[in-house]
Amino acid sequence: MSYVTNLKCRECGQEYPIKPLHVCEDCFGPLEVSYDYAKIRAAVSRAAIAARPHNLWRYRELLPVDGEPEAGPFSGFTPLLPARRLGAELGLKKLYIKDDTVNHPTLSYKDRVVSVAITKARDFGFSTVSCASTGNLATAVAAHAARAGLKSVIFMPEGVEAGKIVGSSIYGARVITIRGNYDDVNRLCSEIADKYGWGFVNINLRPYYTEGAKTFGFEVAEQLGWKLPNHIVLPTAGGTILPKVAKAFKELKEVGLVHGGEFKIHCAQAAGAAPVIHALHKNTDLITPVKPDTIAKSIAIGNPADGFYVLRAVRESGGWGEMASDPEIIDAIKLLARTEGIFAEPAGGTTLAVTLKLIAAGRIKADESVVVSITGNGYKTLEAVANSIEPPLVIEARLKDFDAIYESLGDGKRSLKGVA
Amino acid sequence: MPVKVRVPTPLRRFTGGTDEVPAAGESVRAVIEDLEKRHPGMRERLLDDKGELRRFVNIYLNGDDIRFLNQLNSQVKDGDDISIVPAIAGGE
Repeated sequence: MSYVTNLKCRECGQEYPIKPLHVCEDCFGPLEVSYDYAKIRAAVSRAAIAARPHNLWRYRELLPVDGEPEAGPFSGFTPLLPARRLGAELGLKKLYIKDDTVNHPTLSYKDRVVSVAITKARDFGFSTVSCASTGNLATAVAAHAARAGLKSVIFMPEGVEAGKIVGSSIYGARVITIRGNYDDVNRLCSEIADKYGWGFVNINLRPYYTEGAKTFGFEVAEQLGWKLPNHIVLPTAGGTILPKVAKAFKELKEVGLVHGGEFKIHCAQAAGAAPVIHALHKNTDLITPVKPDTIAKSIAIGNPADGFYVLRAVRESGGWGEMASDPEIIDAIKLLARTEGIFAEPAGGTTLAVTLKLIAAGRIKADESVVVSITGNGYKTLEAVANSIEPPLVIEARLKDFDAIYESLGDGKRSLKGVA
Repeated sequence: MPVKVRVPTPLRRFTGGTDEVPAAGESVRAVIEDLEKRHPGMRERLLDDKGELRRFVNIYLNGDDIRFLNQLNSQVKDGDDISIVPAIAGGE
């Protein structure tokens, strides 16, 4: 049973049928899925959701699918970790990490959006799926398409990390790299999607794809015991996830799964690709595009499609946003790894680095609940930190060589428990 | 100054279904005015009531976003390519 009513233009309200359409013919505004919330309210309960498998489809009434979804049986429902050691360093009592570094099967939040997009691609009868990507989306589309038996063609800017090229091609995807940045790739793909009949997950399937990002917010609320956090910090590139998490929190209230609770939503960008933060700080709605230049390649987008909606969601919630330099991003990646054992990609480093700034500025207080959103895995972006780690010590396989370095290792104490 | 203009699907109802049309003008704004003469209704889709480019429309002159050039006043030469592309696309 579907609770979807139609597609609706976010700007002028014009309605469209459920088809692979993403742009309003009247005003070029983005189309968004509409639901019958009264019907959903009558159909859902915390208990019913709790009894379902641990994947993103446990919130299916609030997703744009009919029938049994075939993609993403193990995608979503990633850990929400209480971060006690990091919290102690930051002076926060209720700090949580929403950890999409372990999303199945491609280790980023993109497994959520692509599960929905591939399900819809099959519904609409596409045989080839495609995307413009900075890498994480590429690997997700390639993997989910493989499992769904669809062909995939992936477009990425030149210079993305090797893990993202290999990690897409391995699934049988045809990878095309474009001489240019992500914004160039995105423009080309818009023109290709318009000319050829492929299902571009983030273009003509975009209204459905973006709905998948809500599951990040649904899970945070459920994992907090059906409560909203006081603060959630999210990275912004194209601007998909942040407004959708705000939408998720509002929907949970609308359908009665969460009762009240105010949240502030904060935006994190890398300083080398921060058009939304510039607009936020200048108190304008006008987002001036930039040419991206940052090690945080997964969020190196200078011309964000949904930047306007990020600004709106941040301002409506009373949240804020900051940007982080490349060295700050690397320091934050190391801090998270060292304190919580989570290896984030630079987008995650950006989010944590910005959280530190929000705390320092007094925008986040010690006793408030805070969720830091880690949306991608550092094992895919080794290049970003490879020169920032302590290189391994190299010794011969002789005990006396080890004796010589022993004092510099560990805590310096002989603590061989159980050894007489 | 004849130029080629690529027209996205939502605007093709004004061009009789054609995806590429000729137009003329010395600036992007002048080209839009010429498009309006040839295909009435186009201007209102591209510009807001203050005459500025709508929020969700991107225009590329020979592949460059005109916001990195001189916006609607960007100069147009004979044989240039102009692409009109909906801004809403993408997501990493």
